[in-house]
Amino acid sequence: MSQDGVNKGRRTLLLGATTAVGAVGAGFVAVPFVKSWVPSERAKAAGAPAKVDISKIEPGAMLTAEWRGKPVYVARRTQEMLDVLPELSDRLKDPDNSVKTQQPAYADNINRSREPELIVLLGVCTHLGCAPKYHAEVKPEPFDENWKGGWFCPCHGSRFDLSGRVFKGSPAATNLVVPPYMYESDNVIVVGEDEENA
Amino acid sequence: MSKNQNTLMGWIDDRLPVTQTYEKHMSKYYAPKNFNFWYFFGVLSMLMLANQILTGIWLTMNYVPSAEGAFASVEYIMRDVEWGWLLRYMHSTGATFFFIAVYLHMMRAVLYGSYQKPRELIWIFGMLIYLALMAEAFMGYVLPWGQMSYWGAQVIISLFSVLPYGDALTEWIRGDFLISGATLNRFFALHVIAVPLVLVMLVVLHLLALHEVGSNNPDGVDIKKLKDENGKPLDGVPFHPYYTVHDMVGIVVFLMIFCTVMFFFPEGNGFMLEYANFEPANGLKTPEHIAPVWYFGSFYSILRAFPDKVLGVIAMAAAIAILFVLPWLDRSPVKSWRYKGWISKIFILVFAVTFVLLTWLGTQPATGVNLILARVGTAIYFAFFVLMPFYSSMEKTKPVPERVTGGH
Repeated sequence: MSQDGVNKGRRTLLLGATTAVGAVGAGFVAVPFVKSWVPSERAKAAGAPAKVDISKIEPGAMLTAEWRGKPVYVARRTQEMLDVLPELSDRLKDPDNSVKTQQPAYADNINRSREPELIVLLGVCTHLGCAPKYHAEVKPEPFDENWKGGWFCPCHGSRFDLSGRVFKGSPAATNLVVPPYMYESDNVIVVGEDEENA
Repeated sequence: MSKNQNTLMGWIDDRLPVTQTYEKHMSKYYAPKNFNFWYFFGVLSMLMLANQILTGIWLTMNYVPSAEGAFASVEYIMRDVEWGWLLRYMHSTGATFFFIAVYLHMMRAVLYGSYQKPRELIWIFGMLIYLALMAEAFMGYVLPWGQMSYWGAQVIISLFSVLPYGDALTEWIRGDFLISGATLNRFFALHVIAVPLVLVMLVVLHLLALHEVGSNNPDGVDIKKLKDENGKPLDGVPFHPYYTVHDMVGIVVFLMIFCTVMFFFPEGNGFMLEYANFEPANGLKTPEHIAPVWYFGSFYSILRAFPDKVLGVIAMAAAIAILFVLPWLDRSPVKSWRYKGWISKIFILVFAVTFVLLTWLGTQPATGVNLILARVGTAIYFAFFVLMPFYSSMEKTKPVPERVTGGH
């Protein structure tokens, strides 16, 4: 092919313009492919609030409920358990709930709950998402000789106190999440819904 | 036009370069004549890829990709489908032997400097294959929808939460607020179509790049330097028939070991099929001891060696990423460890032992001595690479012979 009289500048411009238009088009086409991966309407609908009957939880015991398919831990703490909490500050990464996204404002207290005894936590380790196990008893554990009760994650050894606050030396960086919840009556709480997120 | 216009082959060759391609890659591809034991693992990796694709296609014929049906369909394959148990065990054992072959293949490259100039691209394509293989194996392990499938997926997908917009990103990957049927279905699609296509294309690129520059050998000698009067390397033999026949022996021995494991230890004592995975997935209860299948053990150890989420994930990603730049970390004037100095030799051996140790530790609980060992192992792992530019360029090397040694 003859290259005589070729306007190189025009060719470059045309090439650039065509490429740019093509790239924009490809970008638009990519949208449905990328967006189809977000939770579907059905998945969102399944995220409805969950009602939990708390009347049968004995002091010191824990119940596992389900909200959005995730485990929700509801534990009724005794007064002795609550008395331990203030002593633990030195051993915790975030004793004062400085990461505000981990709990609603009404749970931003040392008990991390609305009523002191009853704690509601997402049973999803803030490290890599396993379900921590409830070890309520104060006794030396293989993972902690000075164990004061709380949750221990079997996956990577993160430890949390009875308010779901993470101990230093755990791979998890933040406290367990307190989901939005409210009391429907003295015996029933609703997880996933509160005055603000109705 | 071809000389053999009158033959069928001539007719085809005029339209598609079949003979030319066959000669370039098989009958006139000159490979060094001193290949040893370590040179079996490339072809064995390809054999396992073929095995995975073939058995995988047959498994999809009875597998049901849904949260409700997956676990039961795997049991159905195992109990009710004629020979279904064999097809599944060929696939699950195949995954293990694929990784064994690939790890030994990579070790070969480290021993003989096969990643060095001019073979950097071959190494990079190889690393991309390894990366795709890890994704493929991870997603495949999710499909039976047992407890380990579920919680393994939970942990691995949560790794992405350390990135910017991590929560939105993990939700996007899962397609739900938690690991669910949506996650399972997309992993099925990626496992049976997307990643295998990528894998096959990468293998083709890996081989094309290899055949462009030619194979390395245990001496790291460039056989193209010395050629006979016909322009054939003096130390080379045609890949076919010499190495095709030679590889048959390796394949037979490898398959004997493969079959022994498949028929007598298909669960690999819990390292290949974990016991917790014989329980259906339960999103409310994490198994007591969660561990990856053995071939991810090393990187899992590195992840757990740090008491901090972000550092752990960064270290694990770095452990894989640093392998990509290996060709530029090795500054040694010689390729093969046979002619490198004693520092390199010791480092390579210590690195190999460390990698095996980390692999083992990754399957064990990370407490006490294990955790300390994992931390030491992690330090050695990175030291091998980070210090390589220094020790490989400073040490005294032995002279490399002109011709390969140990050939026949």
